[in-house]
Amino acid sequence: MTDETIEIEIDGKSLSAQPGQMLIEVADANDIRIPRFCYHKKLTVAANCRMCLVEVEKSPKPLPACATPVAPGMVVQTHSAKALDAQKSVMEFLLINHPLDCPICDQGGQCELQDVAMGYGKDVSRYTERKRVVADKDIGPLIATEMTRCIHCTRCVRFGEEVAGLRELGATGRGEFTEIGTYISHSIKSELSGNVIDLCPVGALTAKPSRFTSRPWELEQMPTIAPHDCVGSNMYLHTRRQEVMRAAPRENEALNETWLSDRDRFSYEGIHSKERLLTPRIKRNGKWVDVDWQTALNVAKIGLEKIIASHTAEKVGALISPSATTEEMYLLQKLLRSLDCHNVDHRLRQADFSGQGLAPNFYGTPIRFKELSTLDSILLVGSHLQYEQPIVNLKVRKASLAGGKVMALNPIDYDFNYPLHAKVIAKPFDMLNNLIAIAKVLAQGSSQGLPGTVAAANVEVNDNIRAIAAQLKASNSSALILGAIAFNHPQFNAMYELAELISDMSGSQLVCLPEGANSAGAWLAGAIPHREAVSLDIKKPGLDAKRMMEAKLKAYITFGIEPELDCANPSIVKRALDEADFNVVVTAFSSDSIDAFADVQLPLATFAETSGSYVNAEGGWQTFKGTVKPKGEARPGWKILRVLGNLFDVEGFAYTTSIEVQHELRKQLETLQIKNRQERRFNMDTPHIEGLQRISTWPIYRGDSLVRHAESLQQTTTNDPAAVAMNSKLAAELYLKDGGEAVVKQQYSEVRLPVRIDERVPDGCAYIPGGYSETAALGECFGKIDIERS
Amino acid sequence: MSEVQQALLSDDAKAKIDVWLAKYPADRRQSAIIPALHIAQEEHHGWLPENVIEAVADYVGIPHIAAFEVATFYSMYDLKPVGKHKIGVCTSISCMLRGSDELADHIKQRLDIDWDGTSSDGKFTLQEVECLGACRHAPAVLFDKAYLENVTPEDIDKIIAGEE
Ligand code: SF4
Ligand code: FES
Ligand code: FES
Repeated sequence: MTDETIEIEIDGKSLSAQPGQMLIEVADANDIRIPRFCYHKKLTVAANCRMCLVEVEKSPKPLPACATPVAPGMVVQTHSAKALDAQKSVMEFLLINHPLDCPICDQGGQCELQDVAMGYGKDVSRYTERKRVVADKDIGPLIATEMTRCIHCTRCVRFGEEVAGLRELGATGRGEFTEIGTYISHSIKSELSGNVIDLCPVGALTAKPSRFTSRPWELEQMPTIAPHDCVGSNMYLHTRRQEVMRAAPRENEALNETWLSDRDRFSYEGIHSKERLLTPRIKRNGKWVDVDWQTALNVAKIGLEKIIASHTAEKVGALISPSATTEEMYLLQKLLRSLDCHNVDHRLRQADFSGQGLAPNFYGTPIRFKELSTLDSILLVGSHLQYEQPIVNLKVRKASLAGGKVMALNPIDYDFNYPLHAKVIAKPFDMLNNLIAIAKVLAQGSSQGLPGTVAAANVEVNDNIRAIAAQLKASNSSALILGAIAFNHPQFNAMYELAELISDMSGSQLVCLPEGANSAGAWLAGAIPHREAVSLDIKKPGLDAKRMMEAKLKAYITFGIEPELDCANPSIVKRALDEADFNVVVTAFSSDSIDAFADVQLPLATFAETSGSYVNAEGGWQTFKGTVKPKGEARPGWKILRVLGNLFDVEGFAYTTSIEVQHELRKQLETLQIKNRQERRFNMDTPHIEGLQRISTWPIYRGDSLVRHAESLQQTTTNDPAAVAMNSKLAAELYLKDGGEAVVKQQYSEVRLPVRIDERVPDGCAYIPGGYSETAALGECFGKIDIERS
Repeated sequence: MSEVQQALLSDDAKAKIDVWLAKYPADRRQSAIIPALHIAQEEHHGWLPENVIEAVADYVGIPHIAAFEVATFYSMYDLKPVGKHKIGVCTSISCMLRGSDELADHIKQRLDIDWDGTSSDGKFTLQEVECLGACRHAPAVLFDKAYLENVTPEDIDKIIAGEE
């Protein structure tokens, strides 16, 4: 495309356009409405519905506006007699087979076909034959199908191929017998599948969880921010009478564009979960009793006070969800710090905190997410990006489609929806050596010397390593992406330092994508033991999430988490919580495991029921309001903490809105000292692990308590099951087979798990996911395990 | 792709598919799907079971659904078991005017089958096909890969007898 513009005329208006643009784009940009079904600005042009026919001067026949490129001097009529006649005819054809079941169709009221039929359809059909009927398909728990309604626009097919990168739907058969479906019946697997619900212009594909529950005109559309990943996709919750009925994307070109991941779209179901904690509760003589807020908060306060009085405040520790709002993070740390306690952390799954003092202000990305799609090369380090950050993965896929090379260093050979130019699949405790190897190759022929410990490390260099290094070096623009596996790795700090070194040597950007919706907010608000809000270093830091549990404190506060399902080492966590004298649990969900260790349970509002803000990995603040009233007696976290603060007589807790809390923090942020790069330590010691190594990640829909309670997501096949996965070689060595049962031992505990054969797991390793009660008796994510036949 | 799946295609079939794959650019392997499905159909008794279509898709390197789209679009692919020979009778306009209905009725009676049926001995499947482009010598019949023109019931009898 060139910069020159050309002049065209549509409906008598002179407009300027870019060469190469289609008529419909120019019309859309100028608010001239042309009816369409198959055209979508984010998909390729299929031009198969013919609804967009317009009259173009000098053309004998009407032309499809979606597939007609602009030309200088073009004169177009969208509403001339000829155009209207063509549009009406197309409409008549489309309605030949379309059922008239609008009154029972979920799409009714927001249906593009209905709208266009209102404008262009006839009241009476000349067609008297039977309409065609298409058998429905079961494509999984998220999307309901009513394929008789399909008008074959193929938007859903093109979405799978072009955007999601997983072609599952197709048009089989031909002519009248064309059907959209998967052909072989199976559940759709894409982590972005829900977008076809929005794309489908008719009611053929609708949201299954909200099917038959409401009509679009009854709903209110409330803007909010998605609470699961570090992008913070913009979305709407559609509510009716204080109930969230469904969710939809809110366009933000820089972040989620017009898309939404299934996790963000369907997790609202958790809000209605039967497991919601609806009233404050206290444990009295070993029994749970519902009490009013005042009683519960008093019990919490007195309990904590006692511990502090008899053991000092250092015997109290607090863990907060990395998806809590910035305001909640800020108030929790402020409360604890005012009591002289710095044991507060949000890094629930981190195992290595050795470099925290040298950390940046927060782990995030120096470039915007959208810039990722323009890079020449991207190296994923310890990241199943597609499931960790579905929206970021879309940008990486765009880079790949544009010719960029994506590479990976991972402990599992994940299938990505783009090809990998080079990959190294290494046991967890070999990942560091591979990073060292990349650094060494980069250092060859460069004047820049390697740090002594890196240079001294004796590592193997193979062709894949060379290919990765060469590609990074040869690129004009490149990035390393550190994902959840890297963050939770026992050698995180060394990996981070090396990633930084490799970035420096290859001129790449270092993009960090930690888990949770608000890791950046947590760092800035001080939900870390070694820095107060606005990155102020503390002389004598408190305990990090891991040490807090190892230290067996006397009292714990957990906020927005299910400790055994959310923390790195559930067996240690359980022991610490069981043995503590007093536990205050602020939670949206209750469970047997929480009942067992808690002394007070305070019902917490979910993201939809509170106001607050998230800071995404770009450092962008996104503030949102509550969309519905909290369920039962649940209260927004910031209010709970405010009242606790008041009970403890802490000064400066007289907030009346969450915005006041945010302003207090943001005012301080004006003085934020940027943490410059400091001397790195490059401690390259790798523990020697004999025997089998465990690999653990949190499956896509097990990562936080809200999504774990979203039932439909739990039924998808996208979620890795609670099982032990290994390759067939290891299975044969252990006399195990697919579907059999194994006894898995780690440290002091053992569990029985079904066996799954997965060739993507490297030799000598087994993948056992976290986030399941079935695996919660086990220990740390990465470490030695033993597996036997049961 | 699993080994079991790939065993559904013989080495010979794979070699033949390779010839077609070589005719297209490396990033356009999908282009070879039509001949690839024909090759697979030939070695699977004239029809394409679902798992064979999947094996072809895997071998060519395209999503399964893309192969199903092609296999269900063209009538030349059979998705259900067929007899040893396929008798395709053209019933489009020219052939119809020149007696394809009688011809078809004759075959149906003779073999005691209807359209898409297979004779009890498993030898013949009768199929209705669209214009074969042989209108000049209607009625036309496609017998496996052979074009037969000006076909009479007697011609058909001879063929059937010859194969019996
Ligand atoms: S299901 Fe909907 S989106 Fe897909 S082709 Fe049919 S009408 Fe279009
Ligand atoms: S929108 Fe132009 S042909 Fe469908
Ligand atoms: S109509 Fe039968 S060959 Fe053309």
